[in-house]
Amino acid sequence: MKADPHGVLTGTHFIDGDHACCEGALAAGARFAAGYPITPSTEVVERFAARVPTVGGCFIQMEDELAASIALQGGVWGGAKAFTVTSGPGFSLMMEHIGYAAMTETPCVFVDVQRGGPSTGLPTLPAQADMMQARWGSHGDYEIIALCPNSPQECFDLTIKAFNFAEEYRVPVMFMMDEVVGHMTEKVVIPPADQIEVTPRKHTHKSVQDYLPYGTNGDMVPEMAHAGEGYKFHVTGLTHDERGYPNMTPQMQDKLVRRLQNKIRSAEDRICLFEEDQLEGADVVVVSYGITSRVAQRAIDVARDRGMKVGKLRLITAWPFPEKKIADLAAKVKAFVVPELNLGQMVREVERAAHGKAKTFAVSHAGGGVHNPDDILNAIVEASRC
Amino acid sequence: MLNILDNPHDAENPVEQFLRSDRMPHIWCPGCGIGTTVNSFAHALIESKIDLNSLALVSGIGCTGRVAGYVKLDSFHTTHGRAIPFATGLKLANPKLNVVVYSGDGDLSAIGGNHLIHAARRNIDLKVICVNNLIYAMTGGQTAPTTPGHATTSTNPYGTFEPSFNLPHLVEAAGAVYVARWTTFHVRQLARSISEAFQKKGFSFIEVISPCPTLYQRRNKMGDGLDTMKYYKEKSKVKHGAPTSEVGLTLNGEIAVGKFVDRDRPDYQTMMRAQYVETLGDRYLGDEVETECVCG
Amino acid sequence: MAKGRVSIVVERCKACGFCVEFCPTHVLALSSAFNSKGYHPPHVVHPEKCSGCDLCGMYCPDFAIYGNKVPPAGGGEK
Repeated sequence: MKADPHGVLTGTHFIDGDHACCEGALAAGARFAAGYPITPSTEVVERFAARVPTVGGCFIQMEDELAASIALQGGVWGGAKAFTVTSGPGFSLMMEHIGYAAMTETPCVFVDVQRGGPSTGLPTLPAQADMMQARWGSHGDYEIIALCPNSPQECFDLTIKAFNFAEEYRVPVMFMMDEVVGHMTEKVVIPPADQIEVTPRKHTHKSVQDYLPYGTNGDMVPEMAHAGEGYKFHVTGLTHDERGYPNMTPQMQDKLVRRLQNKIRSAEDRICLFEEDQLEGADVVVVSYGITSRVAQRAIDVARDRGMKVGKLRLITAWPFPEKKIADLAAKVKAFVVPELNLGQMVREVERAAHGKAKTFAVSHAGGGVHNPDDILNAIVEASRC
Repeated sequence: MLNILDNPHDAENPVEQFLRSDRMPHIWCPGCGIGTTVNSFAHALIESKIDLNSLALVSGIGCTGRVAGYVKLDSFHTTHGRAIPFATGLKLANPKLNVVVYSGDGDLSAIGGNHLIHAARRNIDLKVICVNNLIYAMTGGQTAPTTPGHATTSTNPYGTFEPSFNLPHLVEAAGAVYVARWTTFHVRQLARSISEAFQKKGFSFIEVISPCPTLYQRRNKMGDGLDTMKYYKEKSKVKHGAPTSEVGLTLNGEIAVGKFVDRDRPDYQTMMRAQYVETLGDRYLGDEVETECVCG
Repeated sequence: MAKGRVSIVVERCKACGFCVEFCPTHVLALSSAFNSKGYHPPHVVHPEKCSGCDLCGMYCPDFAIYGNKVPPAGGGEK
């Protein structure tokens, strides 16, 4: 369906990633947010607090991230599209509730504007060291979707995509920004509402008697209902059956958890978004995401000027990881170069998916700033010699 | 189906319509008081003629947390300590909902303590029923912030020595507009208090002292559920309007029950809307979420 | 003719004894019968004393007993 014009600030803007993310949420139809202040993410909800009263909806600053991360889910079940924003320490606090959203299949978006860690780390400086945490941070077996914007424009566009994926797959989506993308100011074009595609909630049309809160018709994503509509359904974080009733047996566990996994894994082709360039005939492929992809572009350009055959694969979707794409490439290229603002996280996935068919060179950086393009260039040179 | 003895006839249990009968019998122990509180809750629903379609019940984790799974309402069994913030989100996204939080003393006052005081401070329009069995029952009988001094628990095997929370005092100080306490012996009074809370706008808190015969009573040699109910009958003293500072509980002392606080303060949403209308005037488009914007 | 009638859902009962104790007119006693879980459910020993107040129902933590008022004169079932 088309976006609700009330939330779309059509026009050309000069804003930073945090602000653009807020506009993306509003354009996607988000009308409820619960937040807690944490640098460098706070501007997202500060803008939402200023905007939502004149758009229609509600914002509440909760007393901690534990409260924010579950209040937004109450908002979803009350009938809203909802999100929260945070950074490292808050992301850690939210992990239990990310698992709750995955288990109860609550569609929602968690924005993590990554900063230096661990612990309090570098509140005002970038890192990309929450990538594995985004995937594995909560306990148990579950799947999430994670998107990585690399510009304020993408902070707008991909936030809409994040909400759309959340609704389509009834899954919490991690929006993995970083402090540089969040705080850099660039041109952001917001189109008219009728040019923005928004995925509606998969709301049931069944009668009260026929509706099963976690029943599926073979497509693995159940239909949803909201509180107050007369369905009198039950939602629990315990392992449950199609009625939503707790059923704590190994058989039900297997059935439920595998469906939660398969509903995402079976849709990888649709969910794994990436940007590719000159992969055909490449010797070395640079795999990067977020702000690092922009620094890497410089290194790639210089390497190509020197005659090297360098391909680019920018991950827009980090999770589920595009295993097939990497496996295909690994059969054709000599090596991958993976620069990240961490000591090696997504590079492990690249290495794993390559199955030894191509070498993998990590260009790690502990965070606090962006790479020097020369470090990435040197890695490309080394990789092309192997 | 149900094997109804002695006087089979068509009349139903007035409470049955609120139960997920397909999930009976429940998991609570013989003599546990939680089921008894559910009867009072059901009678309050009948009495106050609340539209059941507008009711949402949110619970946390623990024995009392299981209430959500046994009532035939839109019900949410959430995470430990976080029923109140979840309920807040529900209420803010759909102000027409009547939101009840039904949870235990450990869930609401230990891990959930922060959320309890903030929701009371903000005066969020929630009805909180706190079943207080003075222990962490589900996990095997550990000390709770409400366990009185000198009681034996699994994590204080030599006896508790910490001061315990006086919950009515805590929530009154934090800002609750309706505070009452009953025991599971006071079935009709409890139903009445719950009905009153439904008429009230703002943060209402009803504490119900309940037996945990398997753990709290057994470890402290206080008999079974029935012994405890008789104990409540003997030790309770109705003290409507008593200062909440004076209603703390001890191991063997008096149990002050009654309605302690019933006052009026504007609730969160009333204040929020007033603020926006004052500052934004016509530009304020309200807090209701339009369904078309979500569902198409 | 009794003003009320008690119904007992035998399989739900856990023999806690609340209903027996708190019935104002002492209509009930625990029986010597067993349900399938081994509990002795209550049975009605003084049906004529039942007022249909449903205090047994309000006290029962297991939703295993309830009282109804019997309509006067002729005693219709509903």
